[in-house]
Amino acid sequence: MSDLRTELKQNIIEQLNLEELEVADIDNDVPLFGDGLGLDSIDVLELIVMLEKDYGIKLTDPDQGKEIFASIEKMAEYIEANRTK
Amino acid sequence: MSNGNYKITDYVHIKDHRIFHGKDQVFKTEKSLGLDQFLKASYKKLEIAYPKFHKMDGLCKLGIIASEVLFKEHFISPDTALVFSNSASSLETDKKHQQAMGGMVSPSVFVYTLPNIVLGEISIKHKLQSENVFFIENQFNAELLKEYAEVLLEAKKTSAVVCGWIDLKNAKYDVFLCLISKEGEIPLSKENLKKLYIFENE
Repeated sequence: MSDLRTELKQNIIEQLNLEELEVADIDNDVPLFGDGLGLDSIDVLELIVMLEKDYGIKLTDPDQGKEIFASIEKMAEYIEANRTK
Repeated sequence: MSNGNYKITDYVHIKDHRIFHGKDQVFKTEKSLGLDQFLKASYKKLEIAYPKFHKMDGLCKLGIIASEVLFKEHFISPDTALVFSNSASSLETDKKHQQAMGGMVSPSVFVYTLPNIVLGEISIKHKLQSENVFFIENQFNAELLKEYAEVLLEAKKTSAVVCGWIDLKNAKYDVFLCLISKEGEIPLSKENLKKLYIFENE
C-alpha cells in the first residue's frame, strides 16, 4: 500500500470523524459513499476542502466529484496526476 | 391553559459529568474529563452504536445522549414533538466556525451553527416526523415550555412532547429534557417542571 493511500485514509478518518474506523478497515477499492464507508454530502464538501488544503487541487466541476471520490484508489490516482503541493 | 390531562412521563438530566434518568444516576465520570471525553464515555456506556454521533457538535451529542436515556423505556411515536430551549444557542460551534474564518472553514462545523440542528439529529436518529421548535431564553422558562407543549397536544398535532433545556457554553452543559404525554404520575405544571429542573441545579 502506497504512502499516499495510507495518508488519505488517515486524513479521512481524522477529518470526517470516523472514530470507529481504522486505516486497516478501509480497502483501497471500497466505495466511499453508499454501502461502502457511508459518507454523506457534507463529507464530500470536507473532501473538497481537503484536496485544496493538502494537495493544492481546486475542483471547479462538481460532476468530477462522483468519479474522484469513488474510492481511495480513485482519489489517490487523481491526486497523483493533479497535485500542486 | 391547563386541563390536567397531561403528565411529565419521564425526564433526564445531564450536568457536571453526571447523567440522571429521573432521580437515578445512570452514569458518572471523573470531573477531570473534558467535554469531549465525557460525551465519548457516555456514548460507550449507553452503547449507542451510531457512528454519525462522532461527527456532531457538542450540543447535538448532548441531545442524542439525553434522548437515548429518555426514550429507552418508552415507545416513541413518530409524531412526538420536540420543544427545546437554551440561552447560548449554538455559541460553542459558532465560535469554532468564526475562528476558522481566517483560513478555510469546515463545512461539517458550519452545518452545526444553528441550535435547532439538534432537533433534526434527534428526529433522524429516532425517525420522528413531527413539530419542533427551539427557543432562545435567558433562563429555563417552565411556563413557556408547558404552554407550548399543551398547545401542540391540544391541537392534536402530536401524542407526546419532549421539552426542556439543553445549554452548552464554555464547555459547561446543563440538560433537562422531559417526556410529556397522558401517561405517568406527575401532573404537567409550571411548578413541577421547575421543581424537576432544579433538582440537579440546587
